[in-house]
Amino acid sequence: MSEHVISIRVYFGIFFVLMALTAVTVGAAMIDLGRLNIVVAMTIAVIKATLVLLYFMHLRYSPRLTWLVVGVAFAWLGILIGLTMVDPLTRMWLRSFVPLAG
Amino acid sequence: MEAVEPRTNYLNADYGIKSWLLTKDHKRIAVLYLVSITVMFILGGVFALLVRLELLTPGPDLMSSDTYNKVFTMHGIIMVFFFLIPSIPAVLGNFLIPLMIGARDLAFPRINLLSWYIYMVGGIITLVAMVAGGVDTGWTFYTPYSTAVSNTNVIPTAVGIFISGFSSILTGLNFIVTIHRMRAPGLTWFRLPLFVWAHYATSLIMILGTPVVAVTILLVAMERVFNLAIFDPTRGGDPLLFQHLFWFYSHPAVYIMILPPMGVMSELVTCFSRKRVFGYNFIAVSSLAIALLGFLVWAHHMFVTGMSIYAALIFSFLSFAVAIPSAVKVFNWTATLYKGSISYDAPMLYAFGFIGLFTIGGLTGLFLASLGTDVHLTDTYFVVAHFHYIMVGGAIMGYLGGIHFWWPKISGRMYPEAPARVAAVIVFIGFNLTFFPQFILGYLGMPRRYHYYPDEFQVLNVMSTAGATILGLGYLLPLTYLIWSLRYGAHASANPWNATGLEWTTPSPPPTENFHETPIVTHDAYDYEDFDFETVPLQEVKVG
Amino acid sequence: MEAYSDQRERALETTPAAGPHHADHQHQFDSAAQQYDASTLGMWVFLVTEIMFFGGVFTMYVAYRAAYPGAFGHASNHLNLTLGAINTAVLIASSLTMALAVHSSQMGKRSALVTYLLLTMLLGSVFLGIKGVEYAHKFEEGLVPGPGFTYSGPDANQAQLFFSLYFAMTGLHALHMVIGLVLMAVLVLQARKGRYTKLYHTPIEISGLYWHFVDIVWIFLFPLLYLIARHE
Repeated sequence: MSEHVISIRVYFGIFFVLMALTAVTVGAAMIDLGRLNIVVAMTIAVIKATLVLLYFMHLRYSPRLTWLVVGVAFAWLGILIGLTMVDPLTRMWLRSFVPLAG
Repeated sequence: MEAVEPRTNYLNADYGIKSWLLTKDHKRIAVLYLVSITVMFILGGVFALLVRLELLTPGPDLMSSDTYNKVFTMHGIIMVFFFLIPSIPAVLGNFLIPLMIGARDLAFPRINLLSWYIYMVGGIITLVAMVAGGVDTGWTFYTPYSTAVSNTNVIPTAVGIFISGFSSILTGLNFIVTIHRMRAPGLTWFRLPLFVWAHYATSLIMILGTPVVAVTILLVAMERVFNLAIFDPTRGGDPLLFQHLFWFYSHPAVYIMILPPMGVMSELVTCFSRKRVFGYNFIAVSSLAIALLGFLVWAHHMFVTGMSIYAALIFSFLSFAVAIPSAVKVFNWTATLYKGSISYDAPMLYAFGFIGLFTIGGLTGLFLASLGTDVHLTDTYFVVAHFHYIMVGGAIMGYLGGIHFWWPKISGRMYPEAPARVAAVIVFIGFNLTFFPQFILGYLGMPRRYHYYPDEFQVLNVMSTAGATILGLGYLLPLTYLIWSLRYGAHASANPWNATGLEWTTPSPPPTENFHETPIVTHDAYDYEDFDFETVPLQEVKVG
Repeated sequence: MEAYSDQRERALETTPAAGPHHADHQHQFDSAAQQYDASTLGMWVFLVTEIMFFGGVFTMYVAYRAAYPGAFGHASNHLNLTLGAINTAVLIASSLTMALAVHSSQMGKRSALVTYLLLTMLLGSVFLGIKGVEYAHKFEEGLVPGPGFTYSGPDANQAQLFFSLYFAMTGLHALHMVIGLVLMAVLVLQARKGRYTKLYHTPIEISGLYWHFVDIVWIFLFPLLYLIARHE
């Protein structure tokens, strides 16, 4: 069986990093960084999620097909949110055109 | 090839209702689906005939406007969610994919059975909601009408559709894992039958799209139950957001409906012209391209809603792009036919019907993809004609062609060829008489989903209803003679069509375990020029 | 990399054609390795559907937060940051214990496996308990959407939108946790009977994948719901 065993030390290490990052994200939220607040929060969340994926979910030692599956999932999430948001974000660009609803 | 007497096969290996309701055999599950979706098709067809009956005259005769809204809604819901989406994948895909790849079953047989039960539960809930008064929102459930205004059975219908979505998801999941992990030795990706490629691409769409409409429909139900604000404009909600999320799935859903019949086409066109397919790689990759591009075009259903004109430009451009891989397929099938040795058995008649009607349907889609013409044509009968050309002229003809082609494998019997050819022609004529007038009606301005229409539209509406009647009778024919053939049809040999493909190397019907020995594949698919059929014995063999 | 069908050909050569199969070897597979690969791939594909499922509500969140940033910020401050942060820590800890459960099963250590599964269930229940407390507070404060909604800040309507999303997203997440707890209860019962060994523990692994996914959803929910405008 092509299974990789990750050591308990690594698991605890990842756990402490995740806890630390949680503290950081709460702390950063207390500081007014303007538009950067959301960027910082999401960056930390992505790092945490990546650590869970790579180590807790063994993605680091999984076949390439699994990586492709995970990649496709996040790509499609990006398409869903990104391509949807193009509409509300650009709806009011043509200011001379006022929709009937006002 | 002489016929064989029936021996132990998947149909007679075990008897009794429990052996069917608790089966793990993908072939029996396919038959369970065949029965269920046939019932749903008949029900959806009855609603269609009610619509056409009402539209014989410009005014209201048979029903009130509210009832009319419910009737076309139920027609749409049943046909989309409970017939078209499952049809080929759940029946032909379930039956054939393990056979085509040389496997004993799908990767997850119990999940396969579970998907059928989920389909049944979702279907029953939706039908109960229908009997209890139905829904009048259209199959599209637009908010805030569906969340805050309509007083019909939105919640149970939404729940029924939500549940049935999981049937689709589990089918797609099973196919993806099976195709990745259970191909016979030597069966590389580019030796797979194109039917399998088509189902792989379809499964990707099922996996990536269905959950989005599931959560959206769920939230519509939750909004009604808990008085949430998500789709409520008076509290800041955006009706267009619902439409984005709804169409994010429902547009790719139409590719779920058309890719499997396209897969069937590749099998039929090669077998009945005795030629390998033209441009195998292009057809295979175009299936993936359709799956990808199909996810990038959804807002073309929303051009007149007040959405951003810049977003509309992007979606319009992408909607033109998605036509390209479909066109590639049509060109390649045509090139396959060129200088082929063509025979006109019923499956091939359906294939010809598909290629012509799908092309018309697809081209009319471009009128709708173009922003300017869409302003005139959207929400008219032009749209109705466009999608029925693809879904009925295309998908259902592909389904019927496939059912006929693989009927000997599934049932062990041949269907009667003469009535089958007649039925195919009747269906073709009935179909065109029903839906071509609708292109004209739409162009002339008749809106869709309207109960009344101006007098000058009546002639075309009468033609359409006449066509629908002929089409309905045409569909009754295969229903009749296929059932007849179960008892009186000639026994089928393993390979009555002299076709390539591993499914034709097992007896008709196959034994439960499909193959006594796992086949080893050394040839490309559609090896019609090189394959020597005369020396192939009836039992399953190593291919090549 | 070797084509998978070539791997299968080798598997066919090395697997005995007859003879007793391992009780967990399902007939459609040629080898235990193929079964394991298929099962894990199946769970990953299922998680893709879950990502898209939650993706739908996340899209709604993004759209409405972009439209009403101020209102969302004010509304978010009504959430209990302390409880939310504790819950985040609890859930991450439960991911640790789940990973340790998988590790125990890989090592064939039955009692450690059961212990870690029970710990995971305990931590998951704590999470749900705290969530329940939060929901109860929201009821008392009149922050549940609907006719009883009472909000003293600006943009009450958009705040109601925020709370609709809050309840929908955390509610769906909690439902997934309940399913996870049921799954783990089944695993505990089976593990105690010695069902899982060094050679066969696939259900533990794939349940672990599910649980970690639920954790990842919360990792995004927490900052998006609780940390919008805490500096104000």
